[in-house]
Amino acid sequence: MEYIAVIGGGIAGMETAAQLKALGLEPVLIERTEALGGHVASWHCLFPDLSPADKLIKDLKSRLEGVEIQLGTEVASLNPLRKGYSLVLSNGKVYPCRAIVFATGFTQFPAERKEEYGYGIYDHVITNHDLEGWFNGNGDSRVPEAPKAIGFVHCVGSRDIKAGNSQCSKVCCITAIKQAIEMKERFPKAEVYCFYMDLRLFGKKYEDFYIRAQRDCNIHFIRGRVSEVAETIDGRVQVKAEDTLSGRPVRVPLDLLVLMAGIVCNPDNKKLSDAVSMPLDDDGFFHSWNNVVDITRSDRPGVFLAGACTGAKTVPEALAEARSAALNVYQYLKGSK
Amino acid sequence: MIYQGKQKIWSDYQKEIPDNHWFYVRSCIRQNFWPASEKYFLVICRDMLGRDIFESEHHTTCGGIAYHCDTIPQETAMTIVARQFALMTEAGYENLVTSCITSFGNYAEIIETWREFPELEARIREDLWKACRREFKVPKYLAHASDLIYKYRGEIAERAKFHLVDKQTGEPLKIVEHIGCHYSKMFPHKGVGGAEYPCVLSGMVDAWGGEVIDYPERRHCCGYGFRQYHVKANRGYSMSNTYKKFESMEPYHPDAIVTNCPGCPFFLDRWQYVIAEQEGKTYGPDGHGIPALTYEELAGLVLGVDPWDLGLQVHQVGPELLLDKMGVPYDPAHKYDGLDEKALKKPGLPNVLKCC
Repeated sequence: MEYIAVIGGGIAGMETAAQLKALGLEPVLIERTEALGGHVASWHCLFPDLSPADKLIKDLKSRLEGVEIQLGTEVASLNPLRKGYSLVLSNGKVYPCRAIVFATGFTQFPAERKEEYGYGIYDHVITNHDLEGWFNGNGDSRVPEAPKAIGFVHCVGSRDIKAGNSQCSKVCCITAIKQAIEMKERFPKAEVYCFYMDLRLFGKKYEDFYIRAQRDCNIHFIRGRVSEVAETIDGRVQVKAEDTLSGRPVRVPLDLLVLMAGIVCNPDNKKLSDAVSMPLDDDGFFHSWNNVVDITRSDRPGVFLAGACTGAKTVPEALAEARSAALNVYQYLKGSK
Repeated sequence: MIYQGKQKIWSDYQKEIPDNHWFYVRSCIRQNFWPASEKYFLVICRDMLGRDIFESEHHTTCGGIAYHCDTIPQETAMTIVARQFALMTEAGYENLVTSCITSFGNYAEIIETWREFPELEARIREDLWKACRREFKVPKYLAHASDLIYKYRGEIAERAKFHLVDKQTGEPLKIVEHIGCHYSKMFPHKGVGGAEYPCVLSGMVDAWGGEVIDYPERRHCCGYGFRQYHVKANRGYSMSNTYKKFESMEPYHPDAIVTNCPGCPFFLDRWQYVIAEQEGKTYGPDGHGIPALTYEELAGLVLGVDPWDLGLQVHQVGPELLLDKMGVPYDPAHKYDGLDEKALKKPGLPNVLKCC
C-alpha cells in the first residue's frame, strides 16, 4: 500500500488527513505528542464566536475514521524513492509514501525572552496560553481570585526584530480582545487594559468583536508599547508604557498581566526540510512555491504544506489550507499516474 | 518574585572575567567626586587580594561625556580610545578595566563598531599614527571595575570584618542596587546578569549578607542622563527622575544604595538634599537620608577600612546610621580630617536633611 504522510496532528494535519481519506487515499497521520489537536486542543474557546475549542477538535477527530494514526512518534528519516519517499518513524515503523504533507504548525514565542516583561520572574505575569489553560479549569496561582485590574500586552515577540521575529503573529490582536472580553465577563468590576501597537483585525466579525470589547465591556485600548514591567511592594505588577495617542507616558498597576506571546516557527522544520532538500523561508517557516497562487504547494514534487507551518494562521485559514493541500495531493497523484 | 527566574536569566549572562593582570583606566568624574573609591579599588585588588592592576599616568579622558552630550563626533572619541588602547598595549597588558561606566560603554560600543566596520578601525589606526605615532591592540577582555569586585566578592566575604547585617537584630540590611545605564543597557551580554536584572551589584550584596530591594523604579535613570543635567535648563528634569526613584523605593525602607556609575551616587546623594530643601521630604529614618555609596566604599566597609579613609564624609547624606547598624567603628572627631590629618573644613549643615 502507498501512503500519504501527514506530519503533524494539529487541526491542519487532522483536516488534511480527513480530506485525503474522503478522496479515497491512504493517509497516515503522525503526531509527536500523545494526543491530536495541537495548540487548539489546549485552547478554551475560539474567536470571534466564542465557540468551544474542544468541540472543534471532537468534530475533526470524528472525521478521521479509517485513518491510520501514529501518536507519540516522530519522523526519524525521510528518504527519497523513485516515486515518493520512504518514511521511517522513531517507533520503528516504515511507510512508503507517494506524497508528504507537512502540517507541523508553529511554536509559541518564549515570553521569558522579553525579559523586561518579567515572565517567570514576577508572580502575576502569564501568557495567553497560560490563560487559556486557566479558562479550561487548570488551576494557576498566578491568577488572583478577584483581580481589580488586568492588562494584556500585544505583540510579545512579534514584529520585533530585536526578539528575532519580524513577522506579525496575526492572531494575537483578536485573541487579546477575546481573552479581555472573557476576563471582563468573569470579573465585571475589573478594569481591563490592552496595550497595542496596531490592531490588525482583518477577519470576519473581528471588527464587531473589537467594538463589543470597547462599547459593551469598556475595555481600555492604549496604543503604545510596554517598556517595562516591575513588581510593587504589595506584589502587584506595574506596567510602564507610552500612550502614543495622548502623547504621555503611563504607569498602570495591575493584578494580572497577560503577555500575548507570538507565533514563531517550529524548530523541527529545519530537520524536515533538509530531509527533502527543500528551503525554508528566512523566518524558519516552510517556503511555499508561490505565496499568492498556491501557498500549500512546495518547490519539491510530492511535498505539500498545510496550516501554520508556512506562517501564522487563524483556525479558518488553517482548515481551508488543509483542504487545499489535500486537493493538491489528489491532483498531483492523478497527474503522475 | 520568583528568584529562580532571575537565576535562570543570570546564567544566560555570565561574562568571562580573567582573574588577574588588568590595565586600569580611571574616571574623570570619580577622580573628582569620589577619589577614595578609585584608590580603594586599587588597595583592595592589589594590596588585599594580591592582583596585578596597572595604571598609567598618561591616561586621559575617554571622550565619553562629550560624545554623549553630542559635542564631539564618534571618530574623535574613537581616536582618544585608540590612544588608551595603545597605552595598554605598550604596558604589555591585554585586559582593560575601566572605573567609569560611560567609559566602559564607550569602549564596548567602539569595539563593537570596529568589529562591524573594520574599515573604520583601519582609519582610526591611521589617524592615531598620524597624531602621535602610536599603535595598539584591541583589548582581549574588557571589564568594568565592578565586574572585578563582583568576581572577587567571595574572597572579600571571606576576609569580611563587617557584614551587611543589622548588628542589633541580626537581620540583613536592605540595599537598593542601582546600575549605571551604560553598563549593560547597550550590550546586555557585556554586563554580568544582563540588562534587565543585572546581578553585578546584587551579587556583592548577597555575598556580603545584605538583602537586595527590587522596587518598581529600579531600572529608572538616576537623574543624571547627561543632557538632563549638563544642559542647565534641564536640571529640574534631572531631579524629577531622582525624585521618582526615591518615591518608589521609600516604602521598602532601604538602609543604603549601592551604585556602579560615577554619576549615580552623586545624583542619588546630592539631590536628596535638594528634594529636602524644596519639598521638605527626606527618605531615611527621622529626617535622615539614604546613604548612596559606591561599590568600592561598600566593599571597603565590609573589609574594615576606616569610613573616613573611604571618603564617606564627602557624601551629602551622612553614613553614620548605616555604620552604626553594621557595627563599623568611626571617630566623629576625625570625620573632616583629610590626608595626613589636614583639615577638610566642616561644611554647613542643611536646614531639613539631617546629616548627623
